[in-house]
Amino acid sequence: MIRIKGLEKAFNDKVVLHDINVSFESGKTNLIIGKSGSGKTVLLKSIAGLHEPDKGEVWFGDILFNKLDFNSKKEIRKEMGMLFQGSALFDSLTVEQNVKFPLDMFTLETPEEKIERVNFCLNRVGIVNANRLFPSELSGGMKKRVAIARAIALNPKFLFCDEPNSGLDPVTAIMIDALIREITEEYSMTTIINTHDMNSVIEIGENIVFINDGYICWEGNKDEVLRSDNELLNEFIFANSMAKHLLTPRKK
Amino acid sequence: MLRFLSQAGKYFLLLKKVFSRPEKPTVYLRQTMFELHNLGFNSVGIISIISFFMGAVIVLQTAYNTENPIYPTYLIGLTCRDMLLLEFSSTVSGLILAGKVGSSIASEIGTMRVTEQIDALEMMGINSASYLILPKVIATLLFNPVLTLLSIVVGTLGGWLAGTTAGVITSEDFIYGIQYAFIPYYVTYAIIKTLIFAFIITSISSFQGYYVEGGSLEVGRASTKAVVFSSILILLFNVILTQTMLS
Repeated sequence: MIRIKGLEKAFNDKVVLHDINVSFESGKTNLIIGKSGSGKTVLLKSIAGLHEPDKGEVWFGDILFNKLDFNSKKEIRKEMGMLFQGSALFDSLTVEQNVKFPLDMFTLETPEEKIERVNFCLNRVGIVNANRLFPSELSGGMKKRVAIARAIALNPKFLFCDEPNSGLDPVTAIMIDALIREITEEYSMTTIINTHDMNSVIEIGENIVFINDGYICWEGNKDEVLRSDNELLNEFIFANSMAKHLLTPRKK
Repeated sequence: MLRFLSQAGKYFLLLKKVFSRPEKPTVYLRQTMFELHNLGFNSVGIISIISFFMGAVIVLQTAYNTENPIYPTYLIGLTCRDMLLLEFSSTVSGLILAGKVGSSIASEIGTMRVTEQIDALEMMGINSASYLILPKVIATLLFNPVLTLLSIVVGTLGGWLAGTTAGVITSEDFIYGIQYAFIPYYVTYAIIKTLIFAFIITSISSFQGYYVEGGSLEVGRASTKAVVFSSILILLFNVILTQTMLS
């Protein structure tokens, strides 16, 4: 479980996050939704320790993460995986080397064991026969899947996903969503996903936090999100007229 | 002034991060070998070409500007040797490498920053500054002295070939000249300068790339700044080192 208490973050004079108090449960897909520029990525990166919060506390279980020293943070980070908006695969490494990278850095496994683990992770995300390819030779969806494989290589307890569907076609986006949800349940991870994709909200939003101008405005789940009377949330959810159809249950 | 101090502070804090204990020495060693090839061995061609022509021009310029019977012609060889040893092979090669290696480092690290690859390293619990910069610093410190020595040899060869082909000096005089009054300390001086310039090039360029914010435009700017600042610092330290080591 991840708990955030009174988190604030500003860049120069611009306050991006105001007094954020929220909890994210383990084994669930926790979504942070909001408009572009609302502070979602800053919140996610502040939780993950990529931004230093100006104020407040970030708790990973019973560990106050943001007050730890550099080396202690490094230890906790080995239990984290992150899927970046642009995948952030290392350009100079092949698919196999990318997934093997955290294993090389932090495990004492034999080369054979590492390759076995790499292949397991790649198979888990549905990537086959692509071990020797470089990121520049992959499609957007494949890059995301390889990035997920890399993120789960060390069996993390915490998974952070920054707009995992951005730039993907709807079919691939749904597949990535499903994959993240399956992995979250399978490994009982605490997963936090930043998104403004309504499909994701409806499909995998077990715990949803709506953020607007750096303030948390609403919290709930996918069943509540379409029936909320929060004006700001409704303005966001129903900005696209097609979203109104989401109120009608879909046939599968 | 405040901005300069802030940047200087940031630079030294980055260096502190760079020289912290590596997570896994074997991985760093592998990276260093890669950088030796990437930054060092790949610069052999350009350094050889430039040094060859530098040596040739030094000999021809010296010959045409000292056409006086009281100067023995072997002085052309001696001048070529000392100019290469004292200035050209270390300083000019340093400036060339600031352009080639410096821009490459700044754009590589800068692109990694803007595409969140550095964030990905940090997320894995890896000291990104050390992982990305330390192997480059070690590789250039190891290989740039080799490049300087190569530059001296190739430059001398270029001078000999140009001088004898143009008929301004005989082969015997040139060889006598490059051996005459040789001071071994000059080689030490050239190597020390090269080591300091290598550190300036890699650390300044890495600093520029590591703190890029924005996109491709900013990466381009960082690359330009890396070359400009490295070159200025090389020239500044050249004066300081000359004064302190040769006075």
